[in-house]
Amino acid sequence: MLNVPWCSRFLRGLIILVGLLALWQVLVWLTGVPPYILPSPVRVVQALMNNGGLIGRHLGVTLTEILAGLICGTVLGVGAALMVGYFRPARRWLMPVLVASQAIPVFAIAPLLVLWLGYGMASKVAMATLIIFFPVTAAFLDGLRRTEPGWVDLARTMTAGVGGAPPEGNRLRILLYIRTPAALPALASGLRVAAAVAPIGAVVGEWVGSSAGLGYLMLHANGRMQVDLMFAALLALSVVSLTLWFALDAALRRLLPWQPDLFSETQQERAS
Amino acid sequence: MATSGLSETAPNTPCIRPESSPSVRLQVARLAYDGMPLFEHLELALTAGETTCLLGPSGVGKTTILRLLAGLQPLADGDRMEASDGSALTGRVAYLEQRGLLLPWLPVLDNVLLGARLRGEFRDADRARELLRRLGLQGQAGSMPATLSGGMRQRVALARTLMEDRPVILMDEPFSALDAVTRYQLQALTADLFRSRTVLLVTHDPAEAVRLGHRILILKGRPARLTPPLCPPGTPPRDPTSPVELACGKSLMRSLGMVQNPC
Repeated sequence: MLNVPWCSRFLRGLIILVGLLALWQVLVWLTGVPPYILPSPVRVVQALMNNGGLIGRHLGVTLTEILAGLICGTVLGVGAALMVGYFRPARRWLMPVLVASQAIPVFAIAPLLVLWLGYGMASKVAMATLIIFFPVTAAFLDGLRRTEPGWVDLARTMTAGVGGAPPEGNRLRILLYIRTPAALPALASGLRVAAAVAPIGAVVGEWVGSSAGLGYLMLHANGRMQVDLMFAALLALSVVSLTLWFALDAALRRLLPWQPDLFSETQQERAS
Repeated sequence: MATSGLSETAPNTPCIRPESSPSVRLQVARLAYDGMPLFEHLELALTAGETTCLLGPSGVGKTTILRLLAGLQPLADGDRMEASDGSALTGRVAYLEQRGLLLPWLPVLDNVLLGARLRGEFRDADRARELLRRLGLQGQAGSMPATLSGGMRQRVALARTLMEDRPVILMDEPFSALDAVTRYQLQALTADLFRSRTVLLVTHDPAEAVRLGHRILILKGRPARLTPPLCPPGTPPRDPTSPVELACGKSLMRSLGMVQNPC
């Protein structure tokens, strides 16, 4: 039962992919562009097979950077949102910093990060972290701010101590047990954005200065007119990014089953 | 706290009451929204251990009164709220509204135990299960709220309200989202469960007020005024189809402007 919508979704994705590849191949045939401008998909697959080990090694580096960046950015973003959501002074002092941090383009400080943190992974992880920090913080904070007022009222009557305002411990528990779970769907939206943009951070970091990673490989392949290798690396990167996104999306759906989802295929079928 | 009242519990009183329920008096000197006075010199009394029903057209300020009593809206200078036993009302009211407000990510049992969890107190799962059983929800402790019917969800909310074990219960149209049969059953159950607590039931349904209220008040006009209390004979839950109750309901409907021709 459960496998059927999943299967049809997979099949649909496959059809779209094959269709696009066919279009690409036809375009190459019709225009007759030389392979160093646009290689045909067949050549790209050949390049991928011939350089499997090389691409795999660099892919491992980039994937590590992406995952480390996702973890750091999520932890920092969630922490910042909780701080801003709980401490009133933090709201006043941290919010302007958060907004200002987003006004500075992360790409522009990439060379600085490489200068400070070196050619290794650290500068790329920092890039990915910086690029996902804001979407995660903003989305989660938005969720924390929009707790159903009825739940807050209920919690207030439950925790009201004699003499008015609830004690600090109760406020913290309201944050942890009501406002945070209620904001998880919003955090999930932030994480989906994060999973989609984290690879950008890692690859841009690699372009600016590195000795390993898919970005490094692509830059070098480009310089040596190995456009088919460049496309092969790009293909590997896309597959990894897509897999990451879908895995995260599936995990979030599983973890938040109580969240209404109009796009979910099973719910659509139930409604129709 | 929970065990101290055990010995006093009568056999058919389903819940333990640690203290006797006080009467409550609320005086509002003036309350205005956008310059329009909502209340002026309003005085509301809830009798001890009885259910007071508050009827009135929507927008008249019924919910505001309830929120003032629940401590969700601050009192202005000159307003007074006092309980007959002299202590403040804060921390001694339980609040239940029409949507039930169950947390969708928690199973039924954890929803019932929410208050203890928020206060960082011991979560008495045995007592919660016992309350669920009394409310006809045995076997549902692990269910998620989304899998329950509207009536069952409101039963869970009632169990959560009882779990709080407060002497004063404030209910804001708790049955208005339910179908007629479920509503009828839950009204009887509520009258039984909250017997001898001080209850304020805000409702727009005269029949519900006649069924459940020891005293019935109507709030109307602007600034809103309370009518003198109507006390139907007998004790709740009353039979809404008996002649006396029907007459009572009719007179309430007349006061609310629902019936034009007095007969």
